[in-house]
Amino acid sequence: MILHDLIDYETLRIIWWLLLGVLLIGFAVMDGFDLGTASLLPFVARTDVERRVVINAVGPVWEGNQVWLILGGGAIFAAWPPLYAVSFSGFYLAMFAILFALILRPVGFKYRSKRESAAWRSAWDWALFIGGFVPALVMGVAVGNVLQGVPFHFDGDFRIYYEGTTLFELLNPFGLLCGLLSVAMLLMHGAAWLVLKSEGPVAERARGYGSIAAMATIALFAIGGLWLWLGIDGYRITSEIVTTGPSNPLGKTAEQAPGVWFENYAAHGWMMIAPALGFLGAAGGLVFMRGRREILTILSTAVSILGIISTVGLSMFPFILPSSVDPRSSLTVWDASSSHLTLFIMLVVTVIFVPIIVAYTAWVYRVLWGKVDEKEIRDGTGHAY
Amino acid sequence: MDLGIVDLSRLQFAITALYHFLFVPLTLGLSVLLAIMETVYVMTGRTIWRQMTKFWGTLFGINFVLGVATGIVMEFQFGMNWSYYSHYVGDIFGAPLAIEGLMAFFLEATFVGLFFFGWDKLSKVGHLIATWAVALGSNFSALWILIANGWMQNPVGSAFNPQTMRMEVTDFFAVLFNPVAQAKFVHTVSAGYVTASIFVLGVSAWYLLNGRYAELAKRSMTVAASFGLASSLSVVVLGDESGYLSTEHQKMKLAAIEAMWKTEPAPAAFTLIGIPDQQARETHYAIHIPWVMGLIGTRSLTTEIPGIEDLVEHAKVRIRNGIIAFDALQQIRAGGESGTVAPEVRKAFEDRGSDLGYALLLKRYVDDPRQATDAQIDSAAWDTVPGVLPLFWSFRIMVGLGFFFIALTALFFYLSARRMLDRYPFLLRVAAFAIPLPWIAAELGWVVAEFGRQPWIIEGVLPTAAAVSNLGASTVLLTIIGFVLIYTVLFIIEMALMVRAIRKGPEPDDEPEAELVSPSLVAAE
Repeated sequence: MILHDLIDYETLRIIWWLLLGVLLIGFAVMDGFDLGTASLLPFVARTDVERRVVINAVGPVWEGNQVWLILGGGAIFAAWPPLYAVSFSGFYLAMFAILFALILRPVGFKYRSKRESAAWRSAWDWALFIGGFVPALVMGVAVGNVLQGVPFHFDGDFRIYYEGTTLFELLNPFGLLCGLLSVAMLLMHGAAWLVLKSEGPVAERARGYGSIAAMATIALFAIGGLWLWLGIDGYRITSEIVTTGPSNPLGKTAEQAPGVWFENYAAHGWMMIAPALGFLGAAGGLVFMRGRREILTILSTAVSILGIISTVGLSMFPFILPSSVDPRSSLTVWDASSSHLTLFIMLVVTVIFVPIIVAYTAWVYRVLWGKVDEKEIRDGTGHAY
Repeated sequence: MDLGIVDLSRLQFAITALYHFLFVPLTLGLSVLLAIMETVYVMTGRTIWRQMTKFWGTLFGINFVLGVATGIVMEFQFGMNWSYYSHYVGDIFGAPLAIEGLMAFFLEATFVGLFFFGWDKLSKVGHLIATWAVALGSNFSALWILIANGWMQNPVGSAFNPQTMRMEVTDFFAVLFNPVAQAKFVHTVSAGYVTASIFVLGVSAWYLLNGRYAELAKRSMTVAASFGLASSLSVVVLGDESGYLSTEHQKMKLAAIEAMWKTEPAPAAFTLIGIPDQQARETHYAIHIPWVMGLIGTRSLTTEIPGIEDLVEHAKVRIRNGIIAFDALQQIRAGGESGTVAPEVRKAFEDRGSDLGYALLLKRYVDDPRQATDAQIDSAAWDTVPGVLPLFWSFRIMVGLGFFFIALTALFFYLSARRMLDRYPFLLRVAAFAIPLPWIAAELGWVVAEFGRQPWIIEGVLPTAAAVSNLGASTVLLTIIGFVLIYTVLFIIEMALMVRAIRKGPEPDDEPEAELVSPSLVAAE
């Protein structure tokens, strides 16, 4: 097959770096409102009917949304195998915590309404809360640690050695800050979804929590940016940059230096759009939420998520997973991808299937459009959970 | 605790995979049965078929969520516990996994919400499309995961790249149309259809025994028996296809399944039962059927099937070749990209690179395979023999159950055709008690396929022992305990909810019968 030479290796790597961003943003926007909604469940809904309103607001769609995460795992495996191998094994216990929470989630949705008992339902409510809150927190903590560099190195055979010892090392102050930012961002987004899908007290409470979350998002994003600027050293490649070489991380040298995570913004001013969208989206979310503009609210919170995640990606470029103990082992866009042929094949498959997925997902959302009706839940018509 | 990290990681994978596979076959088969039932509803307008779709759909839902929940674990575990594997073959193995997400999971998961929530929101045909989308999605997902798994059994279309120290794809279509993958796909989805058919048959039989919901139960049994008969025939016929293929690609697995210690003159005899003894390398109390093995394995009377001892000798040769390849690889890598490598070294690697994996088998005994002694090479060659006794018996029980399913579904197909489904309580009882059997067969099938591949994680390319992450044993032990705890709790809850939903029976459906879709057809009579 020589077709893949149509697109050179460097371009394909950039495209797949962008697609990695699309996947993470897609996950955070689509499944993000499910995670946020589940985290809000015990607080915005008090009675059983209210809780069922919240659950049914995401009930028909969370399963499809979760595929963003599954696809994310598969696509990182296919396009960035060293990233998949290092991050999943390095963050082993954090991953386990996420899995544990995500195991509870589908079961919580499906099994909660199968019995009338209050204790049964309350137990599943907390399971759903864990299923929303824990992944939101842990994924943010993980990103915070990636920005600081992760303690791993490769040996000559590319066997991975992770030198962190406990889960608690990840919970350093900056990691926790990023975790809280992630929680605030998804709570804001989940609240925006609830405002759109529910009425009455649930929507009112969601508006209240959502406004606080939007303010917290703005504050934490600003603090995180300052902290990153003043207190956290970035990474840069110190050898000649080869963009079309074989995916061999050890073929370069790299070092840690202050202020480097901001160099891309200094060099390319237009990139400032990303943090600007992060702030403006959250501010818009706040304003529209107060002003009862439901659709604009959720669009704004989605833009905020897009801006915040893009900010992280752009400041690290070309790094995707820096190593704190052996900067040479760091994974970058130029040395951690799949082969030229695999990247090309996967791009073809993506180009074919993504429009199809977008089309039928849009159709399903259209069918399910409208607010969850409390009366319907009481009568038990039209709702599965 | 003296379990090594390799054993612990394998144990965790086996537990999570076998558990995941409790839910997958029923999802695969029941999704198709639901689509068939709803198609009948849409075509005839008879509301009992909608009631059936909703009832079996409830049971489908209880099962489906656990398949989803445990499936995420499977996908993340490769990176978590098998990071060297992920690095080594991600370039090939990752692609079908990602395509599975794009082509299958999105379809299945997006429409499953509509299946449950869309009854009042969609037209009849609209809802039917959603149901078929779920069925199609779950079957596509089986296709892609088995393309991935088929590549582990028969790694085609790829080559080792010394510069990146990993396998890279050379011919994607070879990976896609890997014959092992194709046979495995048909065998596995058929097994899923059988599982769902026996499940529907058994539950319906239980209703008939109790004199409940007879109309719903009989119709369900008719669908299940006919679909189940076709699928169980397909499982056995295409299971045989799988056996035929393993003579080409996995001779050792076949020899171990058959406990064929020595090569016999063609056509080889089939050992019906016996007790294989790995130490003594013989099978005690064996009962042989002449010729049959040769016929199944090679479809000829003259082709020999190699026995274990010959295959071990062959492995020794490949290990020695692998050592030469390993040595050449070290020299190529020392030369770097500048290419200051002697042409004969490059030639040595090109000629023997396909045996590189065999040198890695020696890593268990010595750090540098080039330093291996003859005794170590002998041990490594004998390591290529998987556990014969568990394979021998797993295979026989699985096949025996397969024939039983053919008989059972054929019998009920006949009873259904003669309208005698409720005539023989004894047979209904047999059907009800048969419910767990397809799961046993499916789990044993996993054992045959995956345990039979040992010591390889990628047949002939990468030994399982080399593929693990460098994790602490206590860390993996902790997650094993965590998974076992949550899985056990969820399994108990799932079973309780299933039993509850079955006892409760279908929701009444009092809506009047809809008109036929094509009244003009009736009028034209």
